[in-house]
Amino acid sequence: MEYRAPQPATAAVDDARRPPSVAVRLARDPKVVCAGGFILVLIVLALAAPLAAPQDPLAQNLLMATVPPVGFTGAEPGFPLGTDGLGRDVLSRVIYGTRVSLTVAFTAAGLACLIGSLLGLVAGFFGGVGDALISRLVDVWMAFPPVLLSILLIAVIGTGLHSVILAIVVIDWTRFCRVVRTETMGQAQMDYVVAARAIGFARPAILFREILPNIAPVLIALLTLEMGIAVVVEAILSFVGLSVSSDTPTWGGMIAEGRQIVHEAWWVLAAPLAALFATVVAFNQLGDGLARSLDPVLRR
Amino acid sequence: MLLAVVVNRAAMALLTLAGVAVVVFVLLRVVPGDPVSMMISPGASAADIAALKAHYGLDQPLLIQFWIWVKGVVAGDFGVSITLHRNVTEVLADRLPATLELAALALVVAVALGGSVAVAGTLMRRSAGEAVIDGLNSIMLAVPDFIWAMALVLLFVVAIPVLPLTGRIDPVLAEGFRTKFYLVESIVTGRFALAGNVLSHMAMPTVALALPLAAVIVRLLKQSLKEAMVQDYVLLARIKGFRELRLVLQEALRNAVGPTLALTGVQFTFLIGGTVIVERIFAYPGIGNLAIDAVINRDFPLIQGLVLLFGFIFILINIGVDITVAALNPRLRHA
Amino acid sequence: MTMPRLAIEALSAVSLRDGNRPILRRVSLVVGTGEVHGLVGESGAGKSTIAKAILGIIPSQVRVTSGRIGFEGRDLLSLSSGELRAVLGRDIALVPQDPSTALNPARRIEAQMTDGLRLKRGFSAAEARRRARALLDEVQIRDPDGVLASYPHQLSGGMRQRVLIAAAFGLEPKLVIADEPTTALDVTVQKQILRLIRALQERHGTSVLFVSHDLGVVAKICDRLTVLYMGKVMEQGSTAEVLTSPRHAYTRALLAANPRYDRPDAGLEPTPPAVVAALRAEIAAFDASAAGAADG
Repeated sequence: MEYRAPQPATAAVDDARRPPSVAVRLARDPKVVCAGGFILVLIVLALAAPLAAPQDPLAQNLLMATVPPVGFTGAEPGFPLGTDGLGRDVLSRVIYGTRVSLTVAFTAAGLACLIGSLLGLVAGFFGGVGDALISRLVDVWMAFPPVLLSILLIAVIGTGLHSVILAIVVIDWTRFCRVVRTETMGQAQMDYVVAARAIGFARPAILFREILPNIAPVLIALLTLEMGIAVVVEAILSFVGLSVSSDTPTWGGMIAEGRQIVHEAWWVLAAPLAALFATVVAFNQLGDGLARSLDPVLRR
Repeated sequence: MLLAVVVNRAAMALLTLAGVAVVVFVLLRVVPGDPVSMMISPGASAADIAALKAHYGLDQPLLIQFWIWVKGVVAGDFGVSITLHRNVTEVLADRLPATLELAALALVVAVALGGSVAVAGTLMRRSAGEAVIDGLNSIMLAVPDFIWAMALVLLFVVAIPVLPLTGRIDPVLAEGFRTKFYLVESIVTGRFALAGNVLSHMAMPTVALALPLAAVIVRLLKQSLKEAMVQDYVLLARIKGFRELRLVLQEALRNAVGPTLALTGVQFTFLIGGTVIVERIFAYPGIGNLAIDAVINRDFPLIQGLVLLFGFIFILINIGVDITVAALNPRLRHA
Repeated sequence: MTMPRLAIEALSAVSLRDGNRPILRRVSLVVGTGEVHGLVGESGAGKSTIAKAILGIIPSQVRVTSGRIGFEGRDLLSLSSGELRAVLGRDIALVPQDPSTALNPARRIEAQMTDGLRLKRGFSAAEARRRARALLDEVQIRDPDGVLASYPHQLSGGMRQRVLIAAAFGLEPKLVIADEPTTALDVTVQKQILRLIRALQERHGTSVLFVSHDLGVVAKICDRLTVLYMGKVMEQGSTAEVLTSPRHAYTRALLAANPRYDRPDAGLEPTPPAVVAALRAEIAAFDASAAGAADG
């Protein structure tokens, strides 16, 4: 028994104490706002590339090769970040490069998420033989070193954007499958699922109406992280020459070229590298921020 | 018993490896593209192509090819590299030491760096310093070795030109070695200037590989250390009058290492995988660099040999982690 | 009259989380040289807070508002962390409550017993090991070498507590704080432990502050008592006096509520509501006068 001075009687529940909506929560998280904003800018650049880019990214001009960026001696107006070995404008190529990177990011990550999550949901919720098979498959799959596997796959399937996307999906679906399976199994044991079953809901209905919304936060965060990974994988594959044709500007391709001429024109390496770095960090921080803001447990 | 667990895991892993080898074998031959088509000149006749294929045993039925290969593997013969015209075993033995040295050095750097930052972060817990470490670490977790490698090139080859861009050693100095373990041999024989040269070539690839691993170590170890620091035995040690740093190192660390180790082991296998691209970037003559060319040129025997080698390394790492985790846990050692 | 070992004067503390709810209300107590002093009270009375204040490990949500903890002529509350660290381990030691969590599961017993000796008394490794062995003999552990080489999980709860007691007394401190050292143990083991503590204390001349909620335990080992209720000292005096002729209603209620194993027929008596009301009134009056003194 604790002696305590009497408290003043409280009025009705304060409106301000009701939990804020999802949109508000997201808007308050600095990571989500900054990273999300940056990615929105990238999307806009990708969509409006012809408007945003000062030059034609494919236009070669050997007289204007390896011109340094603005601020260094020998720079030319109209080529803010300089030109590469074939006289192509670096800034324009970087801007157009966002198209490839974002396409791969959204498509590959999205597909990997879809396939992996479906299999994970099935494995986690229905269990039994299906689960055993899927889990075994995932284990064996994950035994392959990812980089080696992706290079092998592309070398086998052939180069091109579709191949890159396919390679990423084939390698990374296991990531989603594992997480979703664990989460689903955890959710499936909770009271609300047992209750739903007792009331007589069919299993697929429970899966999609009850469990999926609870898994969604983790899934969204993972998806965002995967997008960052996809961008890097594409860059690496471009670097090795296994992505789209060398004419189409990609950050990886520019990095490969830049590395070759790094002593003569370091900016050809630096510009796409900076873009890649910023993009990867942005996706990663966005994923972190989403995980925190969306998760009802973690949020304090 | 510990031995039983290890043997069990090893058996499972070897089985998985065998499965992987089979899959790769079949995949290579089933899908379009073979080494012969990579080698021939445009004007070659059908007869020439057929002769080449027969020469490399690629005209035989799949099962026969597989049987021949398996027989060879069991006897220690992995075939002959189609692009390099040497025994696969010879090629791998030639290049493996370089990668081993690189990976080992990267591991040491990652543990030292990650460990120190984790300890520092624990000492600074609940202060602004910890927030800074967490923030920076969060960004570093996002950046892959590929980006670090390029950034290091820009920094130490262009901006402050102090490090060599490619290779393992100045070609002039490469003659005086008996083994292929350049770093180890030069240190052991006391030729420190030579070792310095090797290190200058290894510096950038090592750091590029080590940083992602270090970031993971910081996150995991700091978390485990913080959990250990609130335990009663740490409180009692504090009451005995020990300083904070001593508490972290003497009491918390040995309890924190175990949980960190398993995930660090997984991350280390990623590091090994990362050598494929990092070695390429720095033209470092290891097995990673070999792998890309082998794949592009469809050098089947070499690819198969590399897959087995990488798989075997992963198995060893996993076993090593299992053993270390068990060894560190007194409950498992003295039941 | 010799100088007391420990002299707590008018120690007050509040809980910052609960809007400055008082946790300790001007507690004063004195522990003499070679004395075993019992600090008794129910859960939440503030006993642990006093112990933590002495050891300098008060949690961040508790704040000491006034008072003094005199030890060896210095106020422990005014010492810097470095100065306090010098005192702890050498002159003040703790026997903790739960032996299963107070020992590091990853370190051998020998290491955990010798590290304090080597740090605080400058023993060499060999000397410290000899000393640890001798200490284990003192606490009647049959296989001291075996125990030294063991890990905590290999020992029983009772043995672990003996190790902790040995370690605490082994540093030859001037004051040992025993924080409910028998609570986590079987009743059969409790008696042995108490006898052990008493024996060690007498042999080394250590003062002991014995924190407990169990009057029965305290009766067996303590020379003097302080009875605490809601952070306020209700009664103080020699054990015999306090237990046989208690002056405060709370002490009487506490005694009545204690099961007596030698009188199994006597029922447990709950505290009469009148007493509870009187206690509440007393606390309220104290708080009011304290607030008035603060304002005035």
